[in-house]
Amino acid sequence: MKAADDIIITARDVTKVYQLGAEEVHALRGISLDVRRGEYLSILGPSGSGKSTFFNMVGGLDRPTSGGISVDGCNLQDLNQKQLAWIRCHKMGYIFQSFNLIQTMTAVENVSLPRIFAGESPAKARAAAAEILEMVGLGHRLTHLPSQVSGGQQQRIAIARALVNRPGIILADEPTGNLDLHTGEEIIQLLADMKKQFGITIITATHDMKMLSASDTVVWIKDGRADRIARKGEFEVAIGTIDGKTIA
Amino acid sequence: MNAQPSITNAAIPEQRQVSWAVSFQVSWAGIRRRFFRSLITMSGVVLAIAFLTYMQVMNDIVRALVRADDAVLNVLLQQAGVDIYAGDAPDRMMVLLIVLSLLACLVGIINSMLMSVTERIKEIGTLKCLGALDGFIVRSYFIESSVQGIAGTVLGCLIGLAVAIAIATTNYHGYIAANLPLLSILRSLAMSLGIGTLLSVMAAILPAYIAARKQPVDAMRVEE
Repeated sequence: MKAADDIIITARDVTKVYQLGAEEVHALRGISLDVRRGEYLSILGPSGSGKSTFFNMVGGLDRPTSGGISVDGCNLQDLNQKQLAWIRCHKMGYIFQSFNLIQTMTAVENVSLPRIFAGESPAKARAAAAEILEMVGLGHRLTHLPSQVSGGQQQRIAIARALVNRPGIILADEPTGNLDLHTGEEIIQLLADMKKQFGITIITATHDMKMLSASDTVVWIKDGRADRIARKGEFEVAIGTIDGKTIA
Repeated sequence: MNAQPSITNAAIPEQRQVSWAVSFQVSWAGIRRRFFRSLITMSGVVLAIAFLTYMQVMNDIVRALVRADDAVLNVLLQQAGVDIYAGDAPDRMMVLLIVLSLLACLVGIINSMLMSVTERIKEIGTLKCLGALDGFIVRSYFIESSVQGIAGTVLGCLIGLAVAIAIATTNYHGYIAANLPLLSILRSLAMSLGIGTLLSVMAAILPAYIAARKQPVDAMRVEE
C-alpha cells in the first residue's frame, strides 16, 4: 500500500441495518475498503447484495449504521447536512443509470446547476457549462432539451454536469445500463479520458463487463460483505469475445 | 483537485444558500416549459377568483344603482331579482358559496403541487446530489406555486370583472355607464387579488416542505 495521502476514500467496518417491519435486514455486514486517488474502482454484485447501499454510502448519500467512511481524511458521519451538501457539490460528481437530467432545462442549464449551487452567478455558470459541454463533444447541443437528444448524448450531458465543479471523485451508478453496447463503450471511453485529463477517482457500481477492463480495482460484494478485491492484473476479463476489442 | 493534504471536519465549509433572485431564475425555466401543466393547476384559481370578483363587482354595481334611486332603473333592478329595500345586508348564502369555492381552490392547488412533488422525487434527489440545500427546494416549489397562483388570480380578476360588466350592461343598459362605482370596483379587485395571492402562497407551503424532505438517495430510484 502506498502512502496515506494516496488514499482518497476509506471505508471501515461499514454496516447498514434496515428495519423492515419487525424484521432487521442486514444490507451491509462490515465492509472495509481503501480507494486510491485517481483510480478507477468498480463495485460488482448481484441485486440485493448491498452493492447499491455501499455505493450510496461512499457517495455520501446514505449514512452507515456503524463504521465510518472518510473522504479526503474527513469523516462523513461527523458532518452536518450543509457540510454534506458542500461535499456533494464540490468534491463529488454523480452519474446515474437513467441520466437524471432535469427535463425542463436545456443541456447548458443542466450543466450549470452545480456551479450555481456552488455560488456562481448564472451567467458565469453557463459559460463554464458551455465550455465543458464542448469538451464532451456536445458544443452543438447547448440549448437542446434532454428529450431532444439521444441517450448517449444525455449521458454525456450528465457527465459534463458531474465534472463541471471539477470534483475529485465521480460516482457512476450503472452509467451504461440504459445504453446500447456501442454507446456504452463510448461513455466508458469518455469516463476514462476524463479520468486521465482531470486526475479524478471514478467509482462505479456495475454489471457491465466492459467497465471491468477499464477498472484499476474491482470489488465483488456478496451478502453485504466484500467477497473479493482485485487490483488490475489480478482479474481477467474476456472482453475480446464480446466485440473483438478491449477498452482501456 | 490533486494531492490535497488531509483536512479536518471543521475545515469543510457549509454549503451556502443561493439567493432568491438566482432561485427564481432557475425555477423560471421549469415554470415556462411546464406551461400547459401549469394552466391546469391554475384553472382552479382562475375560476374561484373569477367567481369572487364577479360577485363583488356585481354587488358594487347594484348598490350604486340602488343608490341612484331612478324609477325606471328600480324596475330593471327588481326584474333582475334585486331586493332594493334590503339595503347593504350581505347575502349569507353567497358568502358561504364564495368561501367554499375559495377553499376548493386552495385544496386544488395543494393537491396538484403534492402530485408534482411525487412526480419529481427523482429530480429533487438529483438536485440535492448536485449540492442543492433544502432551502433551495423549498424556494423553488414556493416560487413555482406562487407564480402559478398569482397569474391565475390576475386572470381570474380580469374574467370576473369582464363578466360582471357584461351582465350588468345587459340588465341595466346605459345606467351602468352613468353610475359606474369605479372606486369600490377597484377596491373589490384589490381584495380579490389579495385573497388569491394569499391563498396561492398558503397552498405552496406544505408541498414545498414535503419536497424538501426528500433525500439525495431518492435520485437513485429506478422507476420513472
